Amino acid sequence: MDNLNWLLQGFEQAATPMNLLYACIGVLLGTAVGVLPGIGPAMTVALLLPVTYNVSPSAAFIMFAGIYYGGMYGGSTTSILLNTPGESSSVITAIEGNKMARAGRAAQALATAAIGSFVAGSIGTMLLVLFAPAVSSFAVTLGAPSYLAIMLLALVAVTAVLGTSKLRGCISLLLGLAIGLVGIDFLTGQPRATFGIPQLSDGIDIVVVAVAVFALGEALWVAAHLRRKPAEVIPVGRPWMGKSDWKRSWKPWLRGTAYGFPFGALPAGGAELPTFLSYITEKKLSKHKDEFGKGAIEGVAGPEAANNASAAGTLVPMLSLGLPTNATAAVMLTAFVSYGIQPGPTLFEKEPLLIWTLIASLFIGNFLLLVLNLPLAPLWAKLLRTPRPYLYAGILFFAALGAFAVNLQWLDLALLLTFGLLGLMMRRFGLPVLPLIIGVILGPRIERQLRQSLQLGGGDWGSLFTEPVAIIVYIVIAMLLVAPLVAKVVRAHYPVAAPDFPDGPAGGDATDTREKAHA
Amino acid sequence: MTAPAEPSAVSADTAPAPKRRDYAQFVVCAVMAAVGVFLVVDALSLTGGFAKVDPVGPRLFPLVIGGGLLVLSVVFAVAILRGSTGEADSGEDVDPNSPGDWKTVGLLVGLFVVTIAFVDVLGWAIIGTVLFAGAATILGSRHWVRNVAIGAVLGFGSFYAFYVGLGIPLPAGILDGIL
Repeated sequence: MDNLNWLLQGFEQAATPMNLLYACIGVLLGTAVGVLPGIGPAMTVALLLPVTYNVSPSAAFIMFAGIYYGGMYGGSTTSILLNTPGESSSVITAIEGNKMARAGRAAQALATAAIGSFVAGSIGTMLLVLFAPAVSSFAVTLGAPSYLAIMLLALVAVTAVLGTSKLRGCISLLLGLAIGLVGIDFLTGQPRATFGIPQLSDGIDIVVVAVAVFALGEALWVAAHLRRKPAEVIPVGRPWMGKSDWKRSWKPWLRGTAYGFPFGALPAGGAELPTFLSYITEKKLSKHKDEFGKGAIEGVAGPEAANNASAAGTLVPMLSLGLPTNATAAVMLTAFVSYGIQPGPTLFEKEPLLIWTLIASLFIGNFLLLVLNLPLAPLWAKLLRTPRPYLYAGILFFAALGAFAVNLQWLDLALLLTFGLLGLMMRRFGLPVLPLIIGVILGPRIERQLRQSLQLGGGDWGSLFTEPVAIIVYIVIAMLLVAPLVAKVVRAHYPVAAPDFPDGPAGGDATDTREKAHA
Repeated sequence: MTAPAEPSAVSADTAPAPKRRDYAQFVVCAVMAAVGVFLVVDALSLTGGFAKVDPVGPRLFPLVIGGGLLVLSVVFAVAILRGSTGEADSGEDVDPNSPGDWKTVGLLVGLFVVTIAFVDVLGWAIIGTVLFAGAATILGSRHWVRNVAIGAVLGFGSFYAFYVGLGIPLPAGILDGIL
């Protein structure tokens, strides 16, 4: 068990007092920022990137592990106490969790979310230990053509499979690819799309793009539609669960984990589908079917576990292939690059200690999360009451600070504003953000991979289809593109009734429509 | 397929509100067309690679992406005319029924431009204070003194935190030598 040895070394590295302190800071910062309304996990990681600039890579990754799970957990607290999910994967948690909170069971909802996250996160990280090195050692045997195909798969999956409108997904993707073009062409050394500005020849810093689109774009969008009366926060004491709550929670936790991890690990996974599946399953299996829609604990336990297991699963393609499949992973990958670490299949070979320290920190961060957050829940609930002008002024301030601190040049602030306005436009017109970010990250890598493999193949296009894995992946891509068409035809012939599913929450008025739908 | 998006689609079906065509979406078309034209023109100014070993060359990607943007801007324009509307992003503090307070957004963007223009002259500590206090005021906080006080704590605090803690010297500007 070579991997187990590495994992132990990782723990050794991560468990020094100094590094444990970093883990604590990461968990606390991650939760605190994640709890703040309007800030999802991706934005949490983007805003906290500058904090890690001048610490060593291993310390930075230890913090990241905490920030990642902390931001995730913070989001579920917001969903339960405010009925306002920070991102689509916590929509389901908000449905049942907020109903529980309104029925005076906020403490139990928070507890089952926290403990469920811990269970799912621990199992998920364990599975990560099992799978990521295996995937990685398989991936290193693949040549450039296969790797190119896999990256294309990720692009197609994120754009065409996730999200509601393919047209809008494609628009977002192309805009992202365009941003990725800026800079010196790596083979011929010519500046491309730089407007003749020398500072742009290294390309646009992806941290600036991420902070702009996630933080600034969101702040400007909220500014245009700020609720004059902030949503009401349900007061809560220390989370706890009774015996019957435990009895009703443990199975949903495990089932949710089983749904979440594989979906997270797939290039086209995402966390929405498994949380949804988990919700339906729990509703079907529950002995308390009548409670669903009114605050059933199973409806919080299952989806929340699925969400966290999926977060752990996302790390499999990220660490073993260098592929980001959700926004948070995309932002984390930019952190890798800013430390001069080239993400990709060779990561486990080149930086084993760093990667295993990161994985060990995931276990530690997950544990710290449980220990710190159960007693701190009332404090987090207070954070939800932050006056909105200060909250969004603070986001603007830290976004500017984060973008500026990268290179200390005003040009980055100008880019921040430009892409912030782009983010505002995308939110206004319902363009998904994820394809843009994935396009910025993967576009340059796809071009490089394509041209390098053609160089190796002597300029022969046929050399791209020499590996079986590459051909299989291209077939999968073709199926992904064709499947929706087939489904459309099938649906036209066999119309199915819409599933009985409560309306998505989006604040007070959504609750009304949902009740109408149930009446 | 994409679960959480489904419910809203369902609710839109059950309660058919007469949706007006959203012509503001043509802004997206304009942006796409502008970026597309720029990429194509820029790409044509490049010299190609050595066709033997680099058959793709530096031009292909910008041409494909730029061309794709131009094509999609037309497709999107047609979709808009046929009544395609995007679902605006919702969020905890977003009131989707409000008409949109674009004056606030304009003021914030203006404040940001001021920040960009003066960050080197005034230094981070001062401009950070201005940025926070200004943004809080624009967003509706009427406690002037408190706005400036919190801004100053953030601005000067981050200056020292980055300088001492992270070793990143943010520009001191006119306070050079004092800070």
